[in-house]
Amino acid sequence: MEVYDGEFISELEAAAKRIRRHIIKMIYEAGSGHPGGSLSAADILTAMYFHILRHDPKKPDWPDRDRFVLSKGHAAPALYATLAEVGYFPQEELCTLRKMGSRLQGHPCMRKTPGVEMSTGSLGHGLAAGNGMALAAKLDRKLYRIYVLCGDGEMDVGETWEAAMLASHYKLDNITMYIDRNKLQLDGPTEKIMSLEPLSDKWTAFGWHVIEINGHNMKEIIHATNEAKGIKGRPTAIICHTIKGKGVSYMEGSLHFHGKAPNKAEYEQAMKELGGEA
Amino acid sequence: MKWKEESQRKQYGRALVELGKERSDIVVLDADLSSSTRTADFAAVFPERFFNCGIAEQNMMDTAAGLASSGKTVFVSTFAVFGTGRCYDQIRQSIAYPNLNVKIVASHAGITVGGDGASHQIVEDIALIRVLPNMQVIVPADSPETYKVVKHIAGTKGPCYVRIGRADVPTITDEATPFDVNKAPVLRDGKDITLIGCGIMVSKCLEAAEELTKHGIDARVINLHTIKPIDEKTIVKAARETGGVVTAEEHSVMMGMGSAVAMVLVENFHVPMKRVGIPDVFGESGGCDELMAKYGLTVDNIVEAAHDVLKRKK
Repeated sequence: MEVYDGEFISELEAAAKRIRRHIIKMIYEAGSGHPGGSLSAADILTAMYFHILRHDPKKPDWPDRDRFVLSKGHAAPALYATLAEVGYFPQEELCTLRKMGSRLQGHPCMRKTPGVEMSTGSLGHGLAAGNGMALAAKLDRKLYRIYVLCGDGEMDVGETWEAAMLASHYKLDNITMYIDRNKLQLDGPTEKIMSLEPLSDKWTAFGWHVIEINGHNMKEIIHATNEAKGIKGRPTAIICHTIKGKGVSYMEGSLHFHGKAPNKAEYEQAMKELGGEA
Repeated sequence: MKWKEESQRKQYGRALVELGKERSDIVVLDADLSSSTRTADFAAVFPERFFNCGIAEQNMMDTAAGLASSGKTVFVSTFAVFGTGRCYDQIRQSIAYPNLNVKIVASHAGITVGGDGASHQIVEDIALIRVLPNMQVIVPADSPETYKVVKHIAGTKGPCYVRIGRADVPTITDEATPFDVNKAPVLRDGKDITLIGCGIMVSKCLEAAEELTKHGIDARVINLHTIKPIDEKTIVKAARETGGVVTAEEHSVMMGMGSAVAMVLVENFHVPMKRVGIPDVFGESGGCDELMAKYGLTVDNIVEAAHDVLKRKK
């Protein structure tokens, strides 16, 4: 088993903090966006683009690249922040989020933004699209992998389970799905709106290998991903226990900041907490 | 008029197999209806490139999108009623919006589905799909045209929707004429009125034109195989030169081909017009011929509409 030393992990954590600052800043400047679900996904995205993915920011069309699909498309700020940090486009562009003519649309657009593999936003589409990519890889006998990040709210969507069945049926061991299990959706806690538990059992029943981790722990994210890579004949679901709004005290566990931009005072406080300046 | 009646689905299957042999990037998906849609013909020869998604059309469309984003040319089939409404968001968000190379070839469109009844007889699919940006909408008139259309769309980039029927249809197109998505063929020239048909109704327009000659009326017949992009030039020319238009489709009169033609005429050269089609109602179980008769899709309906238009012509 690979051992990741303290320095490597610290660097990832520092990158995640920078990404959180980008998220808050760009949503504040846009005046709209989804901070809560972007912040809960930030560590997974950091690990993904700084370590897990085989990719080349200078060659977004490299045919043998790993693919990442943000099924929970409203976390676009987190994706854009990460893509910018690793060099898919200039960081200066982040402040154009949601503005007319921007390459950074409110929800991911594969035609406009380098590094975005599939247009998403409507929820429940990403796993199925990822399956299509995984099928293509198998057909072409290619070794690139597909990674999909879903929100736990997307577990409400019927299509999610259709995709779960297909991945299992076609033995897609080259796809790994992360569930951002922050236990909140827009109208309330998931267990109040449409209860998901026992979630792990459901994915196991659908033929998936299931791992549960702390979605804010870099080592756990990486180890779970490595474990998934070693599983043959079936796909892996990594249930990442997270906190919505993680990193900004007044956003943590809040429903309010699902889809609301911080005001000036809130923005300044958030940036301070994240070790930056407004 | 006696034409040979042939299966559109059979030609779809044949074209797919040929494409599969020519090109390794062709993949085909179906939703548990492959023996009806004839994607099974492809599956028999290329099982590794055929993906049955089961009764899960939403999943199928997004999976198609994923395959297309990875460089595949994707054909997706099911019954038209299931390949549109059921998975509309998926078509919109994952295929039309990102302009992906997915070809939806939907079978069993219209009321000629027959005994299955209204739940299976889509009367509104042309309407649903043509309003989506980036989607092409093609309705081949007969069996040979279906083959040509499938071969054509495999060679173009971008999403499209092709609707074919369950029943065998009269072969009326000219074998030698190549398919051109931008040009609606004029099958019969005429100067008194224009009959524009699509799909199974094209042959009925030709029959209606024959009938009209008995009344000294010389009708032009156009095969409007492509609803989007629509051949405005041919439609407007016909309106100018004949002064009246009848459209005929195995589809609701609401928002289908007739409505598309009306939009062109109103903005460019409006003439008296009448739409022949299903009168904004759902279908029902029955035999093909009796259904066509009950729902206003006969030669007589077209002839009657033509007389109506001629009365209003200036």
